[in-house]
Amino acid sequence: MKITGKTIKYDDNVNTDVIIPGKYLTSTDPYELAKHAMEGLDPEFTEKVKTRTIIVAGLNFGCGSSREQAPLALKQSGVKCILAEGFARIFYRNAINLALPVLECKGASTKVKDGDELSIDLKSGLVQNFSSKEILKFKPMPDFLFKILDKGLIEYMRQRVRNEV
Amino acid sequence: MNLIEKILAKASRKREVHPGDIVEAEVSKAMANDITAPLAIISFKKMNGKKVWDKEKVILVIDHLSPASSEESAELHKAMREFAEEQTLKYFYDVGRGGVCHQVMVEKHVTPGDVIVGADSHTTTYGALGAFSTGIGSTEIASVWLTGKLWFKVPEAIKILFHGKLTEHVYPKDVILFTIGQLGADGATYKCVNFSGDTIRNMDIEGRLTLCNMVVEMGGKNGIVEPDKKLYKYLGIENIEAWRDDEDAEYHKTLEYDASQLEPMIACPPAVDNVMPISKVEGTEIDQALIGSCTNGRLSDLRVAAKILKNRKVKRGVRALVVPASQEVYKNALQEKLIETFIKSEVMVCNPNCGPCYGGHLGLLAQGEVCVSSSNRNFIGRMGSSKAQVYLASPAVVAASAIKGKISHPASVKV
Repeated sequence: MKITGKTIKYDDNVNTDVIIPGKYLTSTDPYELAKHAMEGLDPEFTEKVKTRTIIVAGLNFGCGSSREQAPLALKQSGVKCILAEGFARIFYRNAINLALPVLECKGASTKVKDGDELSIDLKSGLVQNFSSKEILKFKPMPDFLFKILDKGLIEYMRQRVRNEV
Repeated sequence: MNLIEKILAKASRKREVHPGDIVEAEVSKAMANDITAPLAIISFKKMNGKKVWDKEKVILVIDHLSPASSEESAELHKAMREFAEEQTLKYFYDVGRGGVCHQVMVEKHVTPGDVIVGADSHTTTYGALGAFSTGIGSTEIASVWLTGKLWFKVPEAIKILFHGKLTEHVYPKDVILFTIGQLGADGATYKCVNFSGDTIRNMDIEGRLTLCNMVVEMGGKNGIVEPDKKLYKYLGIENIEAWRDDEDAEYHKTLEYDASQLEPMIACPPAVDNVMPISKVEGTEIDQALIGSCTNGRLSDLRVAAKILKNRKVKRGVRALVVPASQEVYKNALQEKLIETFIKSEVMVCNPNCGPCYGGHLGLLAQGEVCVSSSNRNFIGRMGSSKAQVYLASPAVVAASAIKGKISHPASVKV
């Protein structure tokens, strides 16, 4: 499974309050949430994501609240993958449950620049940076997580329910 | 095994587990609130869920937008009411019946050795009562409603030992802010944090709740304090099973601090790990002071604040809010005449809810305003305008600051 695209880059500790501010949590509508994605940090995000679909970041991406609205807003706005030095654990699980690939990759913050073009192979754990001609590696996620990531937790559970009946 | 490994081993019916193992554990209780349950209900239906696995173990609480702040939030609450009714849930805490979800859980639903998941990051709080408890998202809690189980990676654990007596004006909030300052915002990511040492043994249960509550602010998966006699007395239960570390329990690392050296601490905007002693920011002028939240809205917090505010008034130009964490806390504060003290001090006493802490409802900040708060996050835009600033501190510092109109050491107010 390969993902290609250009990057939007952020620093360490991007928190869920800036990904989707608390005042928008009255909505459960992904389209409405997407309009305000990253509003607290980068007012130009919704414009950038039209042409750049991979977020690259430093440590502790998604720290803070358990709000699933955060990865939901990013996914609906068009983000295909998040490559970071590290993730906060609830955000990490939430993203996988929504079928949004989140990859822990050492060197993401130092070896990838804003706007670089990447090709990411989820299974082999290789990141090709076409802009710098460098290759980065990450540890592919275990099989059971892949099964959830594939179509998301809702579909995974639907199948589980169907199989148990 | 350490205490958390033992809890996870039992819940996953294994004799032994080790850090890094993936286990599927049986969940003792699953809690969700009004900004996470509505999405979970949507996911549950999409999963073709018909009935929750156990109607006595699915707990719903309306707290973030309570009472409904807008038509949109009224719709969220309506969806929860309908779901609770349809599923005949035994524990649904509607407006006026509970309060802040974590306080409700602590008052009524936590037993040592439990595995509890909550669709809210501060679910880590219940570690103070000897449970393994952690936050998850909405779709994931929907899957728990369906199966009663969830996968976990057994966490590596950090042991943090505090020795010595806290000096006057220093509270558990200062201990946890200090710890977060030391470890950093991702210093405990994916890890279990065990608080030990004589300082913790001597700390009351409400103080331990404050410690475990904020473990998530340094990335922790859960916090834990080994259950002791004090806890069993607090819970009013017999010590049925001794949940403690084995003698050969292993820790990823152990840190030791002298608690007697601590002074009141403050987390400066815009990060919870931007922690410094209060002396560095004393005198910073404030517009609002907030005492409340799942971190510091309990009876002991209100007592400390009332003692400082008694026979004094909040400084002109500053507004102060007190938000009791639950109806129970509110009732007890009324009986102890703390609420009367607050009203005489010209403090606005609000109903139990989470609103101001996360910028969703009540007491928001305008551009350029400064708030000192006993809550848990100070991120950009957390309490309203992205151009406002939030300082986090103990209820004592917040109360003293409200009187002076600027960030103040509690010692500056003679009681």
